Amino acid sequence: METIVFFYFASVIVVTAALVVGLRSPVFSALALLVMFFHVAGLFVTLHAEFLAVIQILVYAGAILVLYLFVVMLLNLKGEVRFHHQLTVGLFLGCMVFAEAVLLVVKGDTSSLGQNFSPSREPAQLMQGNTESIGELLYSTYLFPFEIASLILLVAMVGAVILTKKGILEAKS
Amino acid sequence: MDMGIRLALTLTQIGVVMVAVLLTVAVLTLLERKVLGWMQDRMGPMEVGPYGILQPVADGLKLFFKEDIIPAGANKFMFSMAPVLSLVPALIGFAVIPFGPDWTVDVGGVNFKPFVITDINIGVLYILAFASIGAYGIILGGWSSNSKYSLLGGLRSAAQLISYELNVGLSIVGVLLLSSSLSLVTITNAQAGGFWNWYFFGGGGFPQAVAFIVFIISAVAETNRTPFDLPEAESELVAGFFTEYSGMRFAFFFLAEYGNMILVSCMATVLFFGGWYAPFEFLQGPESIHWLTGIFWFVLKVSSFLFLFFWLRATLPRLRYDQLMRFGWKVLLPIALANIVLTSIVAFLFPGN
Repeated sequence: METIVFFYFASVIVVTAALVVGLRSPVFSALALLVMFFHVAGLFVTLHAEFLAVIQILVYAGAILVLYLFVVMLLNLKGEVRFHHQLTVGLFLGCMVFAEAVLLVVKGDTSSLGQNFSPSREPAQLMQGNTESIGELLYSTYLFPFEIASLILLVAMVGAVILTKKGILEAKS
Repeated sequence: MDMGIRLALTLTQIGVVMVAVLLTVAVLTLLERKVLGWMQDRMGPMEVGPYGILQPVADGLKLFFKEDIIPAGANKFMFSMAPVLSLVPALIGFAVIPFGPDWTVDVGGVNFKPFVITDINIGVLYILAFASIGAYGIILGGWSSNSKYSLLGGLRSAAQLISYELNVGLSIVGVLLLSSSLSLVTITNAQAGGFWNWYFFGGGGFPQAVAFIVFIISAVAETNRTPFDLPEAESELVAGFFTEYSGMRFAFFFLAEYGNMILVSCMATVLFFGGWYAPFEFLQGPESIHWLTGIFWFVLKVSSFLFLFFWLRATLPRLRYDQLMRFGWKVLLPIALANIVLTSIVAFLFPGN
C-alpha cells in the first residue's frame, strides 16, 4: 500500500516537473509547478512530516508561486519570448547529471537506505510532534546552518531595499 | 471493519459540517442585505416570502438557471478551474475547527471525536496554507477571462493577499507562543474556565488584544471585503476578477467569499475568544449538556464576528491601493512583530501561566 502511494506521488512529481519546463505558456508551467508542490507535500505526509508538508504548501505554493504568477501576468509574456536556444547546454548538463545519478545508484552503497524508514522509528517521532522536533533540531544541531541561511536572507533583503532606494541615495550626493 | 466505520463516521461528519456551512452562507446573503438595509434606514429585500426570508432560495434558483457564458478569447480550462480553485480552499479549512467539547466517543471500537473533523497537530498552519491557495482561484479567474477589468482585479488581489497573509500569520504567533501548540483543539482547551482565560483578555499572561485587532483587519483584507475590496471595486473595475463570470461559476466565487468569512470568524473565535467555552463557567451548565451550550456559544461568537463584517461594510469607505499597501506593510506588520517580541518575553519570564 505504502509503495503504491509513494510511486503515485513520485511519478506525478516527475511528470509535472517535466511539464514545468516543457509547457509553452508560463501560466500553465506555474500551474504544473503547483501540482508538483502538492505532491511533494503528499510525500512528506507519508513520511509523517506533516509540518514540512504544510510549510511546503504555505511557503512555496502559497507565497512564492503566487508572486511568480503575479510577475508573469504583469509582464504579459507571449509564448515566443522564451529561451529555446539553450538546447545544447541543457542537453550537456542534463546528460552529466543523469550519468551522476546512474553512477550513484549503481556504485553507491544503497543497502542502508531502507533502514532509516523502518516502522519501529515512527512512534518515537509521533510522541513529540514534529513541530517541536524540527524546532529543537534547528536550534541545537543545525544552529549554524540555520543562522547562515537567515544571514543570506537578510543580505537579500538589504540588497532589495538598496536597489529600490538607489535614486534617493544618489540625489543626496 | 474498523476502517469502514471510521470512513462512514468521517464522511457523515464532513457532510454535516459542509451542509451547515453552506446553509449559513445562504442565510448570510439575506442577513447581510437586511443588516445593511437596517443601517441605511431602508427595508432590504421584502418581495420573496414574508419579510423576504425566501430571498436566498430565489437567488440560488436564479443563479442556477442563468446562462453560462464563456467570453471569447478566454482560456476555457483555466476559466472553469478558477471558481473551483477558489471554493475548495475556503471549505477545506473547516476540517480542523473544533466547534464543541473535546470529547472522544467509542463507536464500535473506533475512537471518534464528534465535534471536530480531524485534530491534526498543525491545524493553524493547515488553515493558513489553504487560505493562501485561495489566491490562485482569484488570480487565474482574472487572467483567464481575457478582460482588462478582470486582469486588474486579479493583480490587485494577488498583491493584497500576499501582503495581508503575512499579517494574519504573524498576528497569530502570539497565541501560539502562549499555548505552545498549533492544534486548534489544544488552543481551545487552554482557554477553559472563564473569559479572563481567553487569549484576547490576557489568558496565558499577556493580552493578545492588539494581535486580535491586527488579525481581524488583515482577515477582512484577505476575504476581499469592504473597506479592502479593491479587487472587486465595483465603481472602478465593474466587478474585478469575476466580471466575466455568470451563473454557477459566479455562485462558486460568491460561496468562496462567504465561506472564507465564516472560516475567518471561526478562527478568531477559537484563537482569541475561547472557542466553544462560555464567558463564565456557570453559563456552561453541567458536563452532560456541554455539547449544547458549547455549540451555542461557538455559534454566538462566530455570528458576532460576521455581524462585525457587515458593520464594517456599512461604515467604512474603500481604501486606495497605495493606502492599502502602506497600511499593511508599514503599520500592521511592525505592530504584529512588536506583539511577537513582547509576548515571547512574557512567555519566557513567566512560563506556564
